[in-house]
Amino acid sequence: MGIVTAISLWFIPVLIAVILLYGTYKQVPTYESFVEGGKEGIKIAVSIIPFLVGMLVAISVFRASGALEYFMSFLKPVLEAIGVPPEIAPLAIIRPISGTAALGMTSDLMAQHGPDSYIGRLAATLQGSTDTTFYVLTVYFGAVGIKKMGDALKVGLLADLVGIIAAIVVVTIVFGY
Amino acid sequence: MVNIIWVCLTLIGIAFAMVNGTMPEVNEAIFNGAKEAVTLCIGLISILVFWLGMMRIAEDAGLLKKLSNLFRPIVTRLFPEIPHNHPAMGYILSNMMANMFGLGNAATPLGIKAMEEMKKINGGKNEASRSMITFLAINTSSITLIPTTVIAIRMNYNSASPTDIVGPTLIATICSSIGAILIDRFYYYRRSRKG
Repeated sequence: MGIVTAISLWFIPVLIAVILLYGTYKQVPTYESFVEGGKEGIKIAVSIIPFLVGMLVAISVFRASGALEYFMSFLKPVLEAIGVPPEIAPLAIIRPISGTAALGMTSDLMAQHGPDSYIGRLAATLQGSTDTTFYVLTVYFGAVGIKKMGDALKVGLLADLVGIIAAIVVVTIVFGY
Repeated sequence: MVNIIWVCLTLIGIAFAMVNGTMPEVNEAIFNGAKEAVTLCIGLISILVFWLGMMRIAEDAGLLKKLSNLFRPIVTRLFPEIPHNHPAMGYILSNMMANMFGLGNAATPLGIKAMEEMKKINGGKNEASRSMITFLAINTSSITLIPTTVIAIRMNYNSASPTDIVGPTLIATICSSIGAILIDRFYYYRRSRKG
């Protein structure tokens, strides 16, 4: 599994080097472009604050009250039988529905279990490898006025399921349980 | 949908606190949850600014365009209904590249443009065509090269190696994209057999 770790380590610096070299070669005003693009990053980070505050408060209340533990005790045997850590279940359910809600859950899982724990890494991989199916469908079909979605929702959700299974398998192989 | 989940989480939590006597913990959770969210977003700023800045250079240098030309032969095969030089193909490719580089904001308008063109190909009907379903399947499982926000969150929680999930994420996302394409094909053949 050394290769996967090496890719993780090398990928970002190499990509940055390629972008900078190519930008210079094409005579792009690199630094100015960088600053322009970076401004957008601030806008995005600030605009997600209300989404995260709402979701993290709800999750914190749910967990602190003991409700989370209570529901988990029911889910645990079922999920463990098919190899899914029960802590991940709420994230897997909410990931296709709301990206920001999932982001809140991912960070909550990392705060609870630590970013380098099995659960923390699995949550990170899950968050990174699937997308918000409902959002994508609503935005794209809504924008061009498509009323009959056909098989799109089914296909999207099944693909999410494949992504979740893949994330569990890959993280278990690469990092061990 | 999100509205219901959100309200349920909070209300069930409060109801549980009433029965379980965990009111002090819930009170604390309300303020700590909000505080944590804001801290998290501030932590996100650093990496978002850096990455979107880098991506702007790639875009201005035409790197995204170049990559989409590289992928064109594969992608045209996925959309047999779309003529090779149709503008829809250009939009689909640029949307996929933007998604790959984590430029969600740039990807969405391109995706909508692609959908408009595909609707034209489909005679302006208000039902989803085969290409649209394929396009959305690929989009919902989009391949991400660098999961920027996830790395930022890991940094926030003092991970020893915040980027060590890049490789696994890449593998998982490729699996889900291949899965999406296969599932899409499966449903297409099932539809066409039914006539």
